Order: sequence, then structure tokens, then C-alpha cells
Amino acid sequence: MDTIKSQQVTFKVFRFNEETDYLPYYNTYTLDVTHEEVVLDILNRIKWDHDGSLSYRRSCRHGICGVCSIKVNGKGILACKSRLFDLVEVFGNEITIEPLSTKRAIKDLIIDKKDFWDNHAAIKPYLVSEIEEHPAQEHLVSPHDAEKLLEADYCIQCGACHYSCPALEVNDSFFGPAAFAAAYRFSADVRDEASVDRLHIVNEEAQGVWDCVKCMECAEVCPKEVNPIEKITKLHNMVFEAGIAKNNVATRHAVGFAHSIEKHGLLDEGELVRYSEGNIGVLKHVPVALKMFAKGKIVLPWNMPKADKLDEIKKLIKSSSTVKF
Amino acid sequence: MEKLKYALFTGCTAKESTPEQMMSTLAVANKLGIELVELTEASCCGASHLQDYDDFLSLVLNARNIAYAEKHGLTMVTICNTCQLNTAMTKHRLDHNAELKAKVNAKLAEVGLEYKGTSQITHFLYAIIDDFGLDKIKEMVVKPLSQFNIAPFYGCHNIRPSELQNETHKSPESAYKPTSLDDLIVACGGASVDYVEKTKCCGFHAELQAPRTAALLTGNAVAGAMDANADWMVTPCPLCHLKLDTQTHHASVALGREVSLPVLHMQQMVGLALGCTPAELGLNHHVTKVDFV
Repeated sequence: MDTIKSQQVTFKVFRFNEETDYLPYYNTYTLDVTHEEVVLDILNRIKWDHDGSLSYRRSCRHGICGVCSIKVNGKGILACKSRLFDLVEVFGNEITIEPLSTKRAIKDLIIDKKDFWDNHAAIKPYLVSEIEEHPAQEHLVSPHDAEKLLEADYCIQCGACHYSCPALEVNDSFFGPAAFAAAYRFSADVRDEASVDRLHIVNEEAQGVWDCVKCMECAEVCPKEVNPIEKITKLHNMVFEAGIAKNNVATRHAVGFAHSIEKHGLLDEGELVRYSEGNIGVLKHVPVALKMFAKGKIVLPWNMPKADKLDEIKKLIKSSSTVKF
Repeated sequence: MEKLKYALFTGCTAKESTPEQMMSTLAVANKLGIELVELTEASCCGASHLQDYDDFLSLVLNARNIAYAEKHGLTMVTICNTCQLNTAMTKHRLDHNAELKAKVNAKLAEVGLEYKGTSQITHFLYAIIDDFGLDKIKEMVVKPLSQFNIAPFYGCHNIRPSELQNETHKSPESAYKPTSLDDLIVACGGASVDYVEKTKCCGFHAELQAPRTAALLTGNAVAGAMDANADWMVTPCPLCHLKLDTQTHHASVALGREVSLPVLHMQQMVGLALGCTPAELGLNHHVTKVDFV
């Protein structure tokens, strides 16, 4: 079987210079692309052969520095790591190249990442440990303890997850997945002495882990398989385990599931909202609840269905529960 | 073709806030000749929130649900994207971690159960596309939806993470350019509407904790479909459905723009094309009125 060695691809490239342009625009280039080329090769060819003014960030070319992160057809990628043929297989022969965040574009594919670095700095992304000036021996970490860091160490701060996070897109206060992955990395380190301080930082409403929408976009987009949503879940768990979970709508929403499953096997949706919001807070949901009730979408407490073999579920909850709130 | 048979994990909403989803699932399965054995012993999957509180407990409960599907010797079929994610994620974790699997099985043994890892887990969307077949569905369409522009809304937990997609589905689709729901719309005779928000988040899981974030995401999704000239939306996820169907007032306020479209469950759309009646499909249960049938 013959292997396709090259194919023609049309590139629509985002252009904007904040010093001279009022609005962004796109330039289109049609190039023959070979099977070994990555997106960075294409950007280089456009710059060197077609338009020297095209601006983008590039550095290591080995998928490790993270600076060449951009979006292709909406997907965050490392330009130096993503093969064109792989992208064409998914998106077809029309490829749109944009900065990670069009609203933060400074010049073409270069963005201002200040918000990313501010969020990163805010979670104390460093090990806090009182050590002697001249320690007698190294502070060794066992392989078992090192495993607890999961893949969090692999983050290269490229920003692909940060600028793909839908919660962050509509909530400027939200720390975002990269900052949370960093928070987990240091809080999970057995040498760290600021774990609880850091957990307090990510435990705040609006900016913290409770405002994650659980869309899995950060896990999907990460070019280094850091899986930030997994670290966000771990931070949730650590907040409860450390006993610093605040008694608020977010934590009660998580705990309410355990209560409901223990009682019914299934989730009592109405009771979960009441339990999470409290008796006063729940009132704001009444207008929607009435509309749902009128359409037969609310199950009244006395009609709440139960799972078969509920005793079995209760027994497992009693025996397997690992945290208390 | 041998008759398809699955262990049905209904999840909680099909028994409560989306009764039309249960009705339409059964109606479509009946039309297609698919046998569904309901896992009446199954518990809630934790919906990704129990997991935040007590990860190990959620693993045990989800493993128990799968163990019941294994007892039937059947593939488990889910009808909720979040149930799909949490159940498939449990299977993935237990199948790749013998120590964790042993710990979970030690608990299940207390109630006489064992998680073996023998049952597959798939969503009803993929069951009817991959196992039953789009071509056969197309042949069975008696009321093609040819007059409608239909906006697919995939829901996060069916398409992400790809790792689970690749393990679970016979024809894994790209998280960035999925086609299953678009293909199903076309098979039902409708025109599939393309819009950026079709693979985005509806905000459901942050509705109580971060209501403004959730409302804006809902608003963006419906607005995207409206701007693409959709007549209605369709989704395989009852949680997305609840958000898009019942929360448009909050979304409109947050967005500063009136947004509202009828939103059908994937099963309701297929059911309409197969000739099921609106009553069989529970179309009267929608908050945003379905006024085109």
C-alpha cells in the first residue's frame, strides 16, 4: 500500500497587532504538507517564505518548554509536537491557527499570559520546608510517596488547559486547571509543610476548586497528560481529609450524595438541592421547581424511588466510607 | 442479526426529573427490538460529586453496579453521560490497578459480590449507532425529520476524556470533532447544525456552587444553537437536558439576551423519526415547550 507522503492543506492564520489593528483578521495560505511536518514547521515556512511579520512564540522544539502552545481548530496544542497529518485526519484539510486566547492576543499568535502566571503564583507553587542550613543528609522521598504526585510534575505551564477551561472563560477569578495541578503537586509532596495553607487558598469560593464545572476539557487538551481534573478531584478529597472543608453549598452538595444514596440508593434530587442550599437558600429554586412540578418532573418525598437491595448499599456505605464531614 | 440485549443502568434522573428519558428509551428500544434488563439494584454513580467527598466509596458503589451487569453476563448500557463517565472511569481504574481492585473486591465480598471486569460499558447512543447500526435506523425511519435544523449538543462526559472513549467505544470519536450525534440526526432525516458550542460544557455540575458560571455556559450553548438557525437541540445527556431545558431564564438574565430552544433527548428524536407518538416519548414533560409536533 502506498503511503501518502504529502498533501495540500489550507491554513487560516489569525492576525492581529494591538499597536496597529482595530480588529483581528485571518490570512490564508495553501501549502503542500509532508507527513513528518509539525505545526511549528508550517508557521516557520509561512514566516520565512510568505510573510516575515507573522509572530509566534517558539523555543525548545522538543515539547518541553510550552511556549509554542496555540490553538488549531479550537484545540490547544504544542505547535512543535503536533503532526499536521494527525490534525488533518480529525479536522480535514482546512486548518485554522489561532492564539490560545484571541481576546489576549498581543501580536498574531502571541498572547499576554499575565493572568495565567498570576494564578500560578497565587497558589504557592513551590516546596515549603524548614531545613537546616547544612543538613547531614538528603531529604529522600520513597518511590511510594513520589507516586502520590501522579503526573502533576509533568506540567510545563504551556497554558493549553488554562485557556481551554470554560469556567475560567466566564469567571476571571477562577484559578484554572494548571494552577490547581501545581497546587496539588506541592501539597501532595511529603516534604512540603504548607499543604494546609495551600488547600485553604484553593478552598475559596469563586476562585477555588469548587467552581470547576467538571467538563474534562483540561484532561483532554493537556499535551503532557497531566490530567488536571484528576488533581482537582484530589484537592477536593484533601480538603475533606484535612478537615478544613467549609460548611457551604459546595461541600454540602458533595456530602449530600452520600446521605441520599444511603437513604434511597438513588439520589433524591429535590432533597439534595435543599440540603446543599439550606432551608432559606433553597427558596431561590422555587420558581424553576414549580415549572418542573407542573411538567411531572419533581418526585415528592413519599414517592421517592429506592434501589433494590438497599440494605446491601447501606452496608457498603457503612463499611467503605473513608471520610467524615 | 442476533437480538441485542443490554443491562440498563438508568441513573437517577430517568427515575425522577427526566421521566421522559426513561419513556423514550424504552419506546426506542422496543421499536429497534433491543432488550433492556434494568439493573434495579444499581445505586447512584455519585455524579462526580460523591467522588469529591469520598473517592473510595464511589469506587465501591460503582463497582457494585458493574458487578450486577456482570451477573447478567451483559454489556451495561447507560443513558446519562455522567453515569457513563463515572462507571467507565471506575472500570478503567479497577482494570488497571490490581491493588485497588482487590481493595474494592474485599468490600464487595461483604455483600457476596465480586467485580471481575467482564462487562463492557457503553452509552445508549453508541449502542444504537455501533451495535444496531445507523444504516438500519435509517431504513426504519417512517417520519423523517427533514423539515428541521437540529443542533446536536454532545455533553462533556461522553466525548472526554478520549482515553475512556478509546477503551469503551467500538468507533471512538474525536473530542474536538465528534460525529455520532450529527450522524444520528442525518440518519433520522434531519439537517445537522454546526456550531462551536456543541462540544462545550452546559454548566450543570456547577449550578449550585457557581450559578453565574453555570448560567453563562448554558446561555452560550443555547445562543450558539439559535445563531446557527437551529429549530431545536438534541442531547444524549439528561443532565445537559435539564440545564438547557429548565434553566433558560437564568441563562437569559446572565447573558443579557433571551435564549430558549426546545431540547430533545437523543431517544426522543430517534423515537419521533421511528414513528413513536409524542405521548410515548414524554414530550409533554418538557419545561421549554416542544411545539413542533
